[in-house]
Amino acid sequence: MQFMLLFSRQGKLRLQKWYVPLCDKEKKRIGRELVQTILARKAKMCSFLEWRDLKVVYKRYASLYFCCAIEEQDNELITLEIIHRYVELLDKYFGSVCELDIIFNFEKAYFILDEFLLGGEAQETSKKSVLKAIEQADLLQERQSDDWGGLANDELL
Amino acid sequence: MPAVSKGDGMRGLAVFISDIRNCKSKEAEIKRINKELANIRSKFKGDKALDGYSKKKYVCKLLFIFLLGHDIDFGHMEAVNLLSSNKYTEKQIGYLFISVLVNSNSDLIRLINNGIKNDLASRNPTFMNLALHCIANVGSREMAEAFAADIPRILVAGDTMDSVKQSAALCLLRLNRTSPDLVPMGEWTARVVHLLNDQHLGVVTAATSLITTLAQKSPDDFKTSVSLAIARLSRIVTSASIDLQDYTYYFVAAPWLSVKLLRLLQCYPPPEDGALRGRLTECLETILNKAQEPPKSKKVQHSNAKNAVLFEAISLIIHHDSEPTLLVRACNQLGQFLQHRETNLRYLALESMCTLASSEFSHEAVKTHIETVINALKTERDVSVRQRAVDLLYAMCDRSNAKQIVAEMLSYLETADYSIREEIVLKVAILAEKYAVDYTWYVDTILNLIRMAGDYVSEEVWYRVIQIVINRDDVQGYAAKTVFEALQAPACHENLVKVGGYILGEFGNLIAGDSRSSPLVQFKLLHSKFHLCSVPTRALLLSAYIKFINLFPEVKGAIQEVLRSDSQLRNADVELQQRAVEYLRLSCIASTDILATVLEEMPPFPERESSILAKLKRKKGPGNLPNIEEVRQEREKERSLNGTAEHKDSSDTASKTSLYPSADLLGPAAPPPSTGASLLVDVFSDSLPAAAHTPLDMSPATASGDNFSRFICKNNGVLYENQLLQIGLKSEYRQNLGRIYVFFGNKTSTQFLNFTSTLNVHTKPADPTIDAGAQVQQILNIECLSDFTDAPVLDIQFRYGGTLQNFGVKLPVMLNKFFQPTEMVSQDFFQRWKQLGAPQQEVQKIFKAKHAMDTEVTKAKIIGFGTALLDGVDPNPTNFVGAGVIHTKSTQVGCLLRLEPNTQAQMYRLTLRTSRETVSQRLSDLLSEQF
Repeated sequence: MQFMLLFSRQGKLRLQKWYVPLCDKEKKRIGRELVQTILARKAKMCSFLEWRDLKVVYKRYASLYFCCAIEEQDNELITLEIIHRYVELLDKYFGSVCELDIIFNFEKAYFILDEFLLGGEAQETSKKSVLKAIEQADLLQERQSDDWGGLANDELL
Repeated sequence: MPAVSKGDGMRGLAVFISDIRNCKSKEAEIKRINKELANIRSKFKGDKALDGYSKKKYVCKLLFIFLLGHDIDFGHMEAVNLLSSNKYTEKQIGYLFISVLVNSNSDLIRLINNGIKNDLASRNPTFMNLALHCIANVGSREMAEAFAADIPRILVAGDTMDSVKQSAALCLLRLNRTSPDLVPMGEWTARVVHLLNDQHLGVVTAATSLITTLAQKSPDDFKTSVSLAIARLSRIVTSASIDLQDYTYYFVAAPWLSVKLLRLLQCYPPPEDGALRGRLTECLETILNKAQEPPKSKKVQHSNAKNAVLFEAISLIIHHDSEPTLLVRACNQLGQFLQHRETNLRYLALESMCTLASSEFSHEAVKTHIETVINALKTERDVSVRQRAVDLLYAMCDRSNAKQIVAEMLSYLETADYSIREEIVLKVAILAEKYAVDYTWYVDTILNLIRMAGDYVSEEVWYRVIQIVINRDDVQGYAAKTVFEALQAPACHENLVKVGGYILGEFGNLIAGDSRSSPLVQFKLLHSKFHLCSVPTRALLLSAYIKFINLFPEVKGAIQEVLRSDSQLRNADVELQQRAVEYLRLSCIASTDILATVLEEMPPFPERESSILAKLKRKKGPGNLPNIEEVRQEREKERSLNGTAEHKDSSDTASKTSLYPSADLLGPAAPPPSTGASLLVDVFSDSLPAAAHTPLDMSPATASGDNFSRFICKNNGVLYENQLLQIGLKSEYRQNLGRIYVFFGNKTSTQFLNFTSTLNVHTKPADPTIDAGAQVQQILNIECLSDFTDAPVLDIQFRYGGTLQNFGVKLPVMLNKFFQPTEMVSQDFFQRWKQLGAPQQEVQKIFKAKHAMDTEVTKAKIIGFGTALLDGVDPNPTNFVGAGVIHTKSTQVGCLLRLEPNTQAQMYRLTLRTSRETVSQRLSDLLSEQF
C-alpha cells in the first residue's frame, strides 16, 4: 500500500498515512485530486478505480471515506477488508466510532493504525491483539480525560 | 467504552480543536491558529521549564495544526525531547510528531536516532515497538544507515516478543524498499525464512510480506520459502478442523495471510518437486471449490475475504500458466462473476480475465464470454467497469471475432465517456489493422472512426491508414472511392479532409473513369472543404491539387486559377503562400515529363511497428495485448523505452529542426525522402535556388554529426556547410573556461535577413543580416560547471529569399575540451593507476581501427584530446599512455588513459581510469571514435 487517506463528505482530510516518501506539496496535491475524484462518484459505483499507475480502493462509512492506494499487483478485495478491519478497530476502541472521535482523538487513530498496518502491510490482523496493544498503552496513561458528552452521533458502523 | 473517556485527556487540545471547528471562515481559522502558534512559541521560549505533560500537549497541538494543512516551523526540538521521556504517552506523541513531520534531511536526525537507539536497547517491548514504528514510518536513508544492521538481529533473536518481531519484520521491509543496499541479509536469510513456521500467525503474516519483498529482489536466496509457504497455505486452506481463532475473519480462515502466501508464491515458477506441486494444486483446487459452496454468512465482508483469496489464487494460476484444467476452471469462475450483482466483483472479473486471455490455454475459454462482456459495455453504469470491458474485448480479440468486437467498440464509441474515447479509437485502429483480412474493411473502419470521433483520432491513426493504403495496391481504388463518398457529407471532420485529400491526390485517377467522380468533380469536392480547414490541412490540400495537375491535365486550368487567386498567392500564412507560388510556377514551367517524375506516386513506406501501438503503450502501459508473445516483447520494449526517456530532451532539441509543419506525413513513421522530393530540388535549382519545398538536406543529425566528432581532437575548422551557409569555428579553452568564435559565411548572392543564432543558454546575438558572400562572427563564452554528456545546440534561423530557414547545429563542446595535460613519471603514474582501481572508475573498450594505424597520427590525436602524452611509462613502447585533469567549476577530475594498438588484428584496446564513473565513460566514448 502506498498511502491511506480518510476524509469527510465535505472533503476535509481527517487522517493521512504515507508509506512512500513524498514531499508535502505532492501529498497535498494527491489529497486534493483523490478527494475530488472520489466525492464525484455515485454511491453504487464500484470501489476500485485506476489512478495514475496505482489502484485506488475506497469505501464510505457514514460521513467518512476511507481510501487506500495500492500497487498494480496488490489485491483490491483484501484492501477493502483492511479498511473494514480498521473501522472495526476504531469502533471497538471508541465504542460506536464517529467522525468526531477521529477528529478529537486523531493521535489515537494514528496509533491504532500503526499497530494494524506498518510499512503499508498488515502487521497484525487479529482484532484482539491490536486492541490489547492499544489498551495496554492506555493503562500507562497518567491522567483521565474530561467528559465530551453529546458529541457522539453519526456512527460509522 | 464511551468515546469521551478515550484520549489522554489533553483538555487544552480538545478546546483548541473545538475552537477551530467553530471557526466560521478560513480567515477566522487562520487567526485562531496564529494565536495558538504564538502562545506555544512563547511557552517553548519561556524561562520556565515545561513539564512533560505541557510539552506533549503543545507538540500535539502543533501536529494538529500541521495536519490541517498549515506549515509548522518549530517544535521539532521539543518533540525530540519527548522521546527521552519515560512516560509512555509522552514518548508516543513525540514519535508521532516525528513520523508525520520530520523529513530525512532534518539536522535533528542524530538526536532522533539517539532516542530510537535507546528505546531499541531498552528491552521494553512497548518502547521497542514505538521505535520500530517510527523507523518504518520515516524510512529515511539516515535511519537505514543507523539501524539496518540491528533490526535483523532483533527479528530473529529467540527472546524477542512476538509483537516486536512483527514490527521488526515490516520495519525491515520498509528499509529494504527505500535503501536496499543498506540492508544486509546474507546470514539472516535462513532464519527469516523460518519465520514462516512460527506459531504466532501475526508473526507469519508480517514475515510473509517481508520475504515477498526480499524474494522479488533476490529470488534464489529465498527459494526455500516456497515449500514452507505451500505447507502453511495448505494447513490454512485444506484442514477444516484447525481453529485459527481471532485470525478467522467472517468465517474465512486467515484471509490476509492466505493472500500474502499466494502472492509470495508468485515470485517463483511452479515447484518442480512433484509432491509439492501436487499439494499446491490441491490448495488451489480447494479454493476454487469453496467458491462454489454456499456462503457461510450474508455479510459482504465474508464474500470479500473469500473472494480476495480466490482472486489471488487465480493470479497464481495465471502466473504459473501451466495447468490447463486450473486455467479453464479459473476462467469459468470469473465468467460467473461477470454476471454477479456486486459491481466490485464484475470489475475484478473483467480485469482478471484480461490476463487469462493472454494464456494459450485459456484464450478460447475467455472468448466464450464475449456476449456477456459486450453486454457489460452497453449496460454497466460505472465508467470504470465499462473501461475494463473495453480492455477485455481488446484482449480477447483475434481473427475469429475481430469484426464483431470492432463493430461493438465502434458503436460504443458514439456514447463513450470523453475520458476514454481516445484510447478506444487507438484500440479500434490497432485491432482493425491487426486482424484485417481484406483491407476494405480496415479502410471502412478507420473512416468510421473519423466520422464518429474525429476529434479523438490522433495523427498517428490517420498517418497509419495512409501508409497502409499506399503500401497495398489492392485497396487503393476502394479507398479512393470510399473517401470520395465520405466527403460528400455536408459537414465532415477535418481529419477526413486530410485523409481524403491525400488519397485522392495519390489515387484519384483510379475512380476518375466514372463521370460522377470525374477529375473536376473530385477537385471541386475537395476545394469545397478548403475554406473550413486549418492551415496545415489547407497546405496538404494544395499538395493534393498539384498532384491532380499531374494526374489530370484537364483540370490544370481550374487549379491554376485557384493557385493564382489572391487568397492563395498573397495568403498571410507563409507556408500557404509559398506552396501556392511554387506549385503555380511548377505547373507553368515544367514539362509533363518532369511533372510526372516530380509528382509521381509516393513510394511504399518501410514496414515498421505501428506508431499507434506505440502511442497506446504510452497511454496505457504494457499488457492486455491479444498475443502472449507480444505482451512479453512489448514489455521489454516498454522498459527500454522508459530507460531512454531521460535522454529525450537533448535529442528533442537536436531534432526540432524539421523545416515544415507536419501536415505532410512527417510523423514518427515518416517515409524516407522520396525520389520525387529530391528531384523537386533539382528542378528548382536553376530558377529559384533556395525556395525549394523539401528540406535542403539540412537535417543536423547527418549534416553536422560527422563534423561534430571531427572536433573531438581539434579546435578549429568547418563545423557545418550546406548550399547556403558555412559555419566555421575557432575555439580556445583554459581550465574550465572556453571561448568559441563562430563564423557564419553566406555562400549565396543574396542577403540573409533576420539572422539569429541562439544557444539554449544565453549568448551575445550575432549580426541580424549577413550580406551576400560575407561572413559574420559570433563569440560564445563557455564555462564547464560539472561533467556532462550532451553538447549544446546552436539554433540558427534566418530568412533567405522568401524562406525561413531554421535548423540546429550541435556545438562541438565536449568534456575533454576542459583537459589540462599533466606530466608525470612512471612511478607516479602507476601509483595513481592503482588508486583508481575500483571497477566503476575504469572503463575499457576494445574496438576495430577505422583509420590506418599510424603512430604519429595517434600521438597527435591523444595530445589533441587534451591529455599529456607520457613517454617511457608503459614498458611496451607501442602503447600510448596519457594523463590529464578535467576542470569543472565545482571539481577537478584526474584522468589516466592507456591505448594499446594491435596492428595484426587492426584493433585497439582503450582503458580509462578517472575518479568519476560518468567521466570515464564519456571520455572513452569520445576518444574511441577517433582511431
